[in-house]
Amino acid sequence: MATEIKAPPYRVFNIAPAIQPGAMDGLKSFVANDKIQNDIGFPAFETEDWHDKAINKFSELLGKYRSLKVYLDACVHCGACSDKCHYFIGTADPKNMPVARQDLMRSVYRRYFTLPGKLFPWLVGARKLTREVMDEWYSYFYQCSECRRCSVFCPYGIDTAEITMAAREVLAAAGYGQKYANEIIGKVHKIGNNLGLPKAALEDTLEGVEEDTKEATGLDIRFPLDVKGAEVLLITPSADFFAEPHIDSLIGYAKVFHAAGISWTLSSMSSEAGNFGLFIGNYDQMRKIALRIRQAALELGVKRIVVGECGHAWRVAYSFWNTLIGVGDGANDPYAIELQNQLDHRYKQPMHICEVTWDLIQQKAISFDKEANDKHIITFHDSCNVARGSGMGDYPGGQFEIPRNIVKAAANHFFEMPEGTTHEKTFCCGGGGGILTDDLLELRVKGALPRMEALQTVVDAHGVNFMASICAICKAQFTKVLPYYGFDRRLIGGVHQLVSNAIKLGDK
Amino acid sequence: MPNIEVNGKSYETDEEGYLINLADWNMDVAQYIAQTENLNMTDNHWEVINFLREYYDEYQIAPAVRVLTKAIGKKFGPEKGSSQYLYELFPYGPGKQACKIAGLPKPTGCI
Repeated sequence: MATEIKAPPYRVFNIAPAIQPGAMDGLKSFVANDKIQNDIGFPAFETEDWHDKAINKFSELLGKYRSLKVYLDACVHCGACSDKCHYFIGTADPKNMPVARQDLMRSVYRRYFTLPGKLFPWLVGARKLTREVMDEWYSYFYQCSECRRCSVFCPYGIDTAEITMAAREVLAAAGYGQKYANEIIGKVHKIGNNLGLPKAALEDTLEGVEEDTKEATGLDIRFPLDVKGAEVLLITPSADFFAEPHIDSLIGYAKVFHAAGISWTLSSMSSEAGNFGLFIGNYDQMRKIALRIRQAALELGVKRIVVGECGHAWRVAYSFWNTLIGVGDGANDPYAIELQNQLDHRYKQPMHICEVTWDLIQQKAISFDKEANDKHIITFHDSCNVARGSGMGDYPGGQFEIPRNIVKAAANHFFEMPEGTTHEKTFCCGGGGGILTDDLLELRVKGALPRMEALQTVVDAHGVNFMASICAICKAQFTKVLPYYGFDRRLIGGVHQLVSNAIKLGDK
Repeated sequence: MPNIEVNGKSYETDEEGYLINLADWNMDVAQYIAQTENLNMTDNHWEVINFLREYYDEYQIAPAVRVLTKAIGKKFGPEKGSSQYLYELFPYGPGKQACKIAGLPKPTGCI
């Protein structure tokens, strides 16, 4: 009995807020106008037959996705999800409890698609789809970032994001689309990226970055565009060309390719990794967006396709590109087969830039002056779609380890945020899934609360001054909301920004 | 669509107050939009706004933040060539707020 008695470590308290009914009632992102809707083949707003269009779409989805029917039937209202949502934690609005948000749709499902709901709607909480219900759906299904944290805690494994996506699809089929997401999808179809960045502007931007990089390193590090016969086609979020701190990661990718001697190219026709078709739950839009990548890969004759730091893009690439466009096994149309034959299968297809960099580190093809990052005391924010919707490195948990391995290889000071706020239980930045728009800023600020609390603990304990992430949305969202919590907006950055700071170039 | 009224003339804007028609822009309209953003336009602001419009004329999009900082630094002095400087002028973010005053469409995407 001589063992030393130790007090157990403090627990991290997850305090569920006292509910404030109606706190976010009526918060509504801008509705897509008829032109935006028509540009992507969606119907106009407020036509007479909206109700039938909505119910028909609902019925179609139930027939197509058995998962949706299971999720709508299976919930027993145990409440395990209720306090797991960052938007509920931040807003205290009970309709932002995942179970309550789902019930906005579940109640309509019961009324139209279950026998008890058709016969005795008042007994089973079934309700008609009215204009008011549509408004409520629009408000609260665009207060969900489809981050799927609640699903981790659901004993039935209900994928809440899939319910949100279905609701958004029903809304859009009735003409009730979201301006932010649908306008962006239209730009991708027309120009090739979310920003609407035309080729000439992209060329000009890349030339500028090339000059800056030359000035900083003295080396000719290229940012190639539309180079036929390059080995790698890099598909990265267009924010990497445009915004801060995103562009610093772009420079990081270029340095990795340079140092390892890998020829690579960007494509002006397919200059976007992001795929907002996922956010609105629309398979056809998602496929149409992804097809540009296949077209670019075939035209440029590349051997490998690599994806830059973009969270949901990696989910789409990792989980869906195979059957969508034939990157990875699955699709069997002629172009998919052609692409399959063209790609070099000694490499994983597609590959995340973090996998590329980590492989090169292990092969000692690249190395670092870690001291170059000594001014940074770093933590890592897991992005939802990478953490809960994908993998890396072909082993369980690779998507958590590989980005951290890179950070630790490139820098000396790394600290984890509290358990329960990272890895598969990571909190959303508050701006994912089609929420990253100014008209939802209040929601974005409030939804960032749990991540900011977790960040504060490592700022206090270790003096953390850099939060690394691998998602363009996370970077943009934090740049905007960090100041509301008293942090410098430049506290957020990319993993390849750290790589860029420290990678040895020239003589390795 | 909502409208703004400047010197007795009406201009069409979107829900967020961005001008619908690029050609509608003039300095008075810019002044007016700046006021609604609680900004006092100085010569430093105009330098940025004019550059944005020139760039847009050539490329049909606003410049990337880095392109903007570099160009402003080259043209008007290295002390002005930083994103910090631009944030001081346009606290809501040089990308969006300055575009709005310059009468350009709002940049969209993960930015």
